[in-house]
Amino acid sequence: MKIGVVTFPGTLDDRDAARAVRHAGGEAIALWHNDADLHGVDAVILPGGFSYGDYLRCGAISRFSPVMEPIIDAANGGMPLLGICNGFQVLAEAHLIPGALTRNHELHFLCRDQKLTIENTHTSWTSSYSQGQEILIPLKNGEGAYMCDDETLKMLEGEGRIIARYVGENPNGSRNLIAGVTNERGNVVGLMPHPEHAIDSLTGPSADGLGFFTSVLKALVK
Amino acid sequence: MAKIVVDVMLKPEILDPQGKAVAAALPRLGFTFAKDVRQGKRFEIEVDGEPTPAQLAEVEKAAEKLLSNPVIENFTVRVEK
Repeated sequence: MKIGVVTFPGTLDDRDAARAVRHAGGEAIALWHNDADLHGVDAVILPGGFSYGDYLRCGAISRFSPVMEPIIDAANGGMPLLGICNGFQVLAEAHLIPGALTRNHELHFLCRDQKLTIENTHTSWTSSYSQGQEILIPLKNGEGAYMCDDETLKMLEGEGRIIARYVGENPNGSRNLIAGVTNERGNVVGLMPHPEHAIDSLTGPSADGLGFFTSVLKALVK
Repeated sequence: MAKIVVDVMLKPEILDPQGKAVAAALPRLGFTFAKDVRQGKRFEIEVDGEPTPAQLAEVEKAAEKLLSNPVIENFTVRVEK
């Protein structure tokens, strides 16, 4: 199974995302922001970083990169798409998932290991987890506060589209402790913390993040 | 040469931590007038000659598509002489 990992100018976590894909048993394919060819991949990851220096708004410029057009088309057709951190911001800017990410409520950049609960195991990226499972993975962001209007929040809660929540004190001011959300179909997931940095205990705080990558491989086999 | 100005502000219901930090810093400097501060962005777009209604309509579109994120922000477009 081929999983594309996009590199925008300013992307940082593409190598870890590719390593996580390989660790899970998939083939990682490097995709370049300026190349509108998806090279036959079965799924795509938009990794973390500071694409285009976070100019204008985080993810606002990347969202219009040449590679995004075929990605948006494929995701609308059901292709699994995961946006991590800056990738989550790109998904929000592309309106592939509802809401937006804004400045952390305390204004500080966060970098720490964060406990989450998995709230929806029916997406392309979360089926390896059990409902309510607690995982520990790194969280590092400056603009990670998930915002949406009351109506959208009610819809997300009602339809079970919140896939992960922060455990304990709210780290960044996200509404309802939201760490990740999915689209209606469950193939597109946006996640603020970093599962790709927690795939083995040698390099991460746990191996808890690997489940996102094994999930998509299972989803693609089906 | 005229200037088209686009002001982008977070919607009133969206928390603005930067504005809050500014509002907290003002009284520390002895400025006690501010009840609240909201921080936004201003874009100055230069065009040749007097902006036409068609140009302004294009700027409106660009403001909605790129300069602002309508999920969290409002914008206004005006011409500055």
